[in-house]
Amino acid sequence: MKVYVPMDSAAKALGADAVAEAVVAEAARRGMTLEVIRNGTRGMIWLEPLVEVDTGAGRQAYGPVAPGDVPALLDGTLPGLGRVEDIAFFARQTRLTFARCGVTDPLSLDDYAAHGGLAGLRRALGMTGAQIVAEVTDSGLRGRGGAGFPTGIKWNTVLGAVADQKYIVCNADEGDSGTFADRMLMEGDPFTLIEGMVIAGLGVGASRGYVYLRSEYPDAISVMNAAVQIARGAGVLGPDVLGSGRAFDMEIRVGAGAYVCGEETALLNSLEGKRGVVRAKPPLPALEGFLGKPTVVNNVISLATVPVIFEKGAAFYAGFGLGRSRGTVTLQIAGNVARGGLFETAFGMSLGELVLDVAGGTASGRAVKAVQVGGPLGAYMPPATFDTALGYEDLDAAGGLIGHAGVVVFDDTADMLGLARFAMEFCAVESCGKCTPCRIGAVRGVETIDRIARGDAEAISLLTDLCETMKDGSLCALGGFTPYPVMSALTHFPKDFARRKEAAE
Amino acid sequence: MPADQPADQPAPTQAEISALIDGNLHLEGPMLPILHAVQAAFGHIPAAALGLIATALNLTRAEVHGVVSFYHDFREAPAGRHVLKLCRAEACQAVGANALAQDVLARLGVDWHGTTVDGAVTVEPVYCLGLCACGPALSLDGRAVGRVDAARLQDVLRGVGV
Ligand SMILES: Cc1cc2nc3c(=O)[nH]c(=O)nc-3n(C[C@H](O)[C@H](O)[C@H](O)COP(=O)(O)O)c2cc1C
Ligand code: SF4
Ligand code: FES
Repeated sequence: MKVYVPMDSAAKALGADAVAEAVVAEAARRGMTLEVIRNGTRGMIWLEPLVEVDTGAGRQAYGPVAPGDVPALLDGTLPGLGRVEDIAFFARQTRLTFARCGVTDPLSLDDYAAHGGLAGLRRALGMTGAQIVAEVTDSGLRGRGGAGFPTGIKWNTVLGAVADQKYIVCNADEGDSGTFADRMLMEGDPFTLIEGMVIAGLGVGASRGYVYLRSEYPDAISVMNAAVQIARGAGVLGPDVLGSGRAFDMEIRVGAGAYVCGEETALLNSLEGKRGVVRAKPPLPALEGFLGKPTVVNNVISLATVPVIFEKGAAFYAGFGLGRSRGTVTLQIAGNVARGGLFETAFGMSLGELVLDVAGGTASGRAVKAVQVGGPLGAYMPPATFDTALGYEDLDAAGGLIGHAGVVVFDDTADMLGLARFAMEFCAVESCGKCTPCRIGAVRGVETIDRIARGDAEAISLLTDLCETMKDGSLCALGGFTPYPVMSALTHFPKDFARRKEAAE
Repeated sequence: MPADQPADQPAPTQAEISALIDGNLHLEGPMLPILHAVQAAFGHIPAAALGLIATALNLTRAEVHGVVSFYHDFREAPAGRHVLKLCRAEACQAVGANALAQDVLARLGVDWHGTTVDGAVTVEPVYCLGLCACGPALSLDGRAVGRVDAARLQDVLRGVGV
């Protein structure tokens, strides 16, 4: 009998380690032989710890499981959820990037290969760099880190650059509130990211790679480090990738708690050992990146999607999606929501279907007031916008952005003025300090919102002007996009900004 | 390594610091790995390390200080025996993080970044731990706790002797 207990940090944060220990102890007490496998998460976080039991007749799911449930679990009398694949939230997904996450033992390379891993790399090894880049271009893959830039075009620039050394840098800084796909993937299927980075290296002619991983993710750091060692030991990384005579090796580097280091040029400065200050572009990192050399900087999900594109073909991947948003989007459902977790689906589902139907509305049972899509720099969308399709262009047209595809749900108790203030405060705390509208503007923004809170209605036009200045005068999206959450809160929820003057004034 | 393991070791010697520097000098961009190693070993970046790092990397002491001060993780003085990080970001706010933080700060009698008078615990804000589907979230000495309610909070505070 095999028992799967996730080692994903969300599952652990909900008690998975204690459940795993209870399973081992109870089995020993009964003299039962069973194998406990610490898998990644299936992404249904409201059911974590989600335990699966395989007695040879398919994996049966139970959850959330507490240590006290373990005797009944082993007796087979604990009420279950059936097969994971049959749970409605899971059944309606299209799992391409996350196909193995939660299924396999994250650090078993054999398990990885048995579930389709390395097939993409093997295919890529038979292709030229130009063919590899063309495959990615044809897949329609766009950067999943936020800006949505076509990955193939970026790779092509690096491919065309002439240099003695090129680099692949994976952006695993995932600082956005409401996002955890990068973390889940690195903890649950780390070889996918490694395989994607090797293919990228072969494509553009880079022999070295780095993953810049935020320090807030200690579990992902240790899993990735272990996976790199295993991959190196098995010849997936090193001077002779899978016996091809071609070289690619990589390292994991840890950030130091600065949101702005998710911005690609700040990230490169940080990786070089400098202050994480944003660089002016041009030059593009693709031409002068890490240590001044041509560098691909891609998000975790972008790179981790590359293996399935090579395994199944560009046309297969491009066959999913809507308009110029091809393939799948790994939506992260968070906040006050009945069913939070990771939901991978083709681009094009409506925001309302996701929030009300897939996610089941709020956890509190109250009405949904607003949904922040795309992280702390994303807009607050009111229910009136729920027919917006989840795709780069559609969200843009609705005044939002998809960003890293985090979807944070708030019920009707949310204070939108407070959230707008928080957006400004966050910008002030995390600003790299290079431009005045961001560094000083955000501080003034907090003060201005405090004036509005005290009943000073005239400060509203001041806030609007300030947002214009930040938008136009900021070098990067931290200062430039903070107006999105602020102005969307103000526009869609004016009542929250119409405070009465307090008697003390 | 994550820089939230607090430590209360004796003052580090120059030789100990230099060994950590030398162990990372072969890397491309060795600064952050060196700083993480120093902080993991001593719980903070001792002033004595700045000059040694500057010499090893051919930088000025001011440049090294500029890097150390840029990042939220690096401390110039040791933290309390435990480090409690509370998530303040939006997804956790949607499920009561603000009230939870007020409760914790009041019970410990500290403000953000403060350390309790007995030196037991330092409270830091963190903007997202990647546990946004099971907030409100916190981490204690690097170990994450999700869906923090009164009972879970009680467990966590007991863990730091409160
Ligand atoms: C303030 C700021 C923070 C960012 N944070 C991240 C991040 O955490 N992860 C990420 O992949 N991209 C982040 N980005 C976007 C990156 O600059 C860059 O566009 C991305 O890494 C490119 O990879 P992609 O093409 O695969 O998306 C951020 C951008 C800004 C302006
Ligand atoms: S907008 Fe803010 S974070 Fe971005 S470069 Fe300017 S000061 Fe730095
Ligand atoms: S917002 Fe709190 S863990 Fe992500």
